[in-house]
Amino acid sequence: MKRRSSLDGGYAIFMLPGLLAFLLVIVGPFLATVFISFTTWNGVQAPKWVGIDNYFNLVSDPYFVASFQNTFVLLLAMVVIPTILGLLLAGLLYSYVARRFGPKTASFFRAGFYLPQVMPVAVAGVVWGWILTPDGALNSILQGVGLGVLAQNWLGDPGIAIFSVMGMMVWFQIGFPLVIFFTALQRMDQTVIEAASLDGASGWQTFIHITIHQIRPEIFVVVLMTTIATFKVFAQVFVLTRGGPGTATYVPSYYTYLNFFQKDQVGVGSAVATIVTVVVLLVAVVFINFQERRDLAKES
Amino acid sequence: MTTTGIVEGKPVARTDGRKRRPLRTRVMDVVQAYGVIFGLLALLVVMFSPFAIIAINAVKTPTDLAANGPLSLPQSVTMDNIVTFWNAVDFGGALRNSMVISLLVAVFATILSLLNAFALGIGNIRGAVWMLVFFMLANILPNEAIVYPLYYMAKFAGLYNTQLAVVIIFTVIQSAFGTYFIASVMRAFPREILDAAKVDGCSNMQLLVRVVIPVMRPSLMVFMVFAFIWTWNEFYLPMVFLISNSQYTVPVSVAVTQGQHMMNESQVAASALLGVLPCVVFFLLFQRTLTRGITAGSYR
Repeated sequence: MKRRSSLDGGYAIFMLPGLLAFLLVIVGPFLATVFISFTTWNGVQAPKWVGIDNYFNLVSDPYFVASFQNTFVLLLAMVVIPTILGLLLAGLLYSYVARRFGPKTASFFRAGFYLPQVMPVAVAGVVWGWILTPDGALNSILQGVGLGVLAQNWLGDPGIAIFSVMGMMVWFQIGFPLVIFFTALQRMDQTVIEAASLDGASGWQTFIHITIHQIRPEIFVVVLMTTIATFKVFAQVFVLTRGGPGTATYVPSYYTYLNFFQKDQVGVGSAVATIVTVVVLLVAVVFINFQERRDLAKES
Repeated sequence: MTTTGIVEGKPVARTDGRKRRPLRTRVMDVVQAYGVIFGLLALLVVMFSPFAIIAINAVKTPTDLAANGPLSLPQSVTMDNIVTFWNAVDFGGALRNSMVISLLVAVFATILSLLNAFALGIGNIRGAVWMLVFFMLANILPNEAIVYPLYYMAKFAGLYNTQLAVVIIFTVIQSAFGTYFIASVMRAFPREILDAAKVDGCSNMQLLVRVVIPVMRPSLMVFMVFAFIWTWNEFYLPMVFLISNSQYTVPVSVAVTQGQHMMNESQVAASALLGVLPCVVFFLLFQRTLTRGITAGSYR
């Protein structure tokens, strides 16, 4: 039930600058992109209406197909592995290290694992690109420990390049789930945990059955945000591989960039961008619906 | 000292009636604890090794690198690589550009978010929930869904290759998240304080400036720090909008100039180090804020 109070009225005016800015910078340009996706346009002459031709052609466009296939592989390095590692590390740091060695020690490790997160992805890409060259540091390390046979052309081999990019992604991403989960654990209801341990549950059992259950909202947020981030991957690929070798590391963002600014196929780029946007919005809506239904089920 | 204890390993009944755990268990506890700590330390070393490798090679001469490889410590420390890169790309200019853009965006995005959030979170204007959904969706829109029309508009308005264009665009993009974040914190604002201020005859503007802002200051500062770092780290849009060397931001300068100048491996390492260092400074300054993580409504 809505309560009328002295706070009604006269507030809409505060939204005015924000709404105008959003119409100009986000809504307008997005609608324009959707419109352009139904045209052929090189950015200079007048755009020519072609209906759904751009979308139709994309179905058989190997670059487009590869970029989406790669994105699904990247979900492993952007979402699945960081979330699981983040959960394990957060649980270990909070439930064990903080108790055994004090909260300062736990904070130290948390900060250390988080550090890559404050870097620009593009700069992290240059760091990793330097290490992954054929005569670079990684191959030197492998030779140094007698595993020279494992040395690879990490970014130049079409079968391996995507895994190299994924390695960098896991390294970069791990801090995000870790800090979110650690913060979640701090607000957790400790009495349940204590009760479980009095009942003889091991640390591992408590973690699996109680901890994970209690911080489910945060797990949900992390999975949602990192899934969306996966569809937006750009700088990693731009800096490390430029989508290559061949189409081995193509991603949608990079493909739109090429279409917009190198090939002058603005219509095609806009169609790809529109598809990515629809996918991202669908992911968000499905996730949020799922979460709300769970909340409702819990309440009833 | 503990080795003799392992042999005994029997529970010792204590006279005071409290159960004492067997020595073997206690020893195993210590072994386990240090095992965990050393495991975590090893993991942390792996996390930091890319930075360490870049750092030692940035101050190593190219001849030293060619002769002794990327893993050896430099035979003598040289600043040549760093100085050469710094001068070639005017890195001081890039630092200044990044600082100006990120600071302006952080301030403007916070103001814009605050105004939006005030109407939505405190004013609770009609359709507030739908407006919040709108801002959330705007926040997850991929860059490529708006980049080309913005590029076209910037050229039309004479703002292409200016920092102003980048500041305007990121102010709006960051405030999409900021509105959502600040509004969700504001929804928990104690109603009694607001009603009391209203009874005392506060206008909406006075309410915002004298009552809401002072109470919200910690959350506003948190958002400002994140908006600053996120803007500093951006790559796609700054690369598209800033095309001359004198306009480059730090990530663009480090990532794009790799191909433009005939840089040797040592200078690339120096460029990566220079890209990393400012972020290490920010990290040390804002560590407490950053390592708690931020998701809409769940910063604690």
